[in-house]
Amino acid sequence: MAKSTARQRLRNEINAGSMADIAFLLLIFFLVTTTIVEDTGVQVKLPPWTPDDTSIIMSSRNVFSVLVNADDELLVRGNAISVDELKDYAKEFIANPTANPEFAKKPTNAIISLQNDRATSYNQYLAVYNELKAAYNELWDESAQRNYGISYSEDMPIAMKKAIRAEIPLVISEADPFQYNEH
Amino acid sequence: MAFTKKRGNTSPEVSTASLPDIIFMLLFFFMVTTVLRDAELKVKVQTPKVTELTKLEEKSLVNYLYIGRPLERYHDLYGTKPRLQLGDKFSSVKDIPLFLEKHKIKVPENRHGQITSSLRVDGDVTMGVVQDVKTELRKSNQLKVNYSAKKRED
Repeated sequence: MAKSTARQRLRNEINAGSMADIAFLLLIFFLVTTTIVEDTGVQVKLPPWTPDDTSIIMSSRNVFSVLVNADDELLVRGNAISVDELKDYAKEFIANPTANPEFAKKPTNAIISLQNDRATSYNQYLAVYNELKAAYNELWDESAQRNYGISYSEDMPIAMKKAIRAEIPLVISEADPFQYNEH
Repeated sequence: MAFTKKRGNTSPEVSTASLPDIIFMLLFFFMVTTVLRDAELKVKVQTPKVTELTKLEEKSLVNYLYIGRPLERYHDLYGTKPRLQLGDKFSSVKDIPLFLEKHKIKVPENRHGQITSSLRVDGDVTMGVVQDVKTELRKSNQLKVNYSAKKRED
């Protein structure tokens, strides 16, 4: 065997510098293709299925009936209003600060009855649902501020959240849709 | 020059041999965390924009139901009426119980109550088809539902 000098031993190394480039290329590929999708939506709890689904529309003071027709128009407790007005109306109805005999006796008695047509657009349906949920969220937040001095959020103490939700329970009853015409 | 020292002929290079290792580590991190979308969308889904949003936390506990009008290249076969897509194929409402059951067996039993159905529904769809899906979900006792939506900036 020929004796190798120090210089020759250095030259025998494989140049690993380009390995980093290859890895970088792969890294950039994954960086670009990765889409960190944050999945968000409106959380809903559907009522359990009962075979004889009798939709009882009570015409009592405690029922906040919302009807959405095929043309995406709203009829709330007999009044035609727009979606923008819905939240404040619902809040007033549930909390009833002026003890109006027409509105809910107590927040625990309030029932929201939502009914839509089969031809109602999903956009409108979700917008209405969103407004009703927003009304409750605001009421919960006000209650949290009043009682505990903190804002209502998902990560507040569970006991407080339970107390607030017991005081103002969210009850949205969805009757089967009426059907006129479906495009 | 006064400061130059003679150290023989070896060049004082910084060794870059460990650089690939670092990059590979990053690469593996991204490869592991990347979740490739399993279903190819065959219907057009443009979810509505709302303000009251809840985040879906655990992906493994979520099953997705898509409702929308078929994409243009499926018009000849499936028409233009809103359709339901389960997994990667067009389905009818009757297929929902089996679809839910197939997802359920992948989830540990003690977490079955936490399974959420994410309804990815196109905003222009009428409620009729959504209602049928909702009724079927209720019949299958899948009551936790999330109407997928995007954030609306006011």
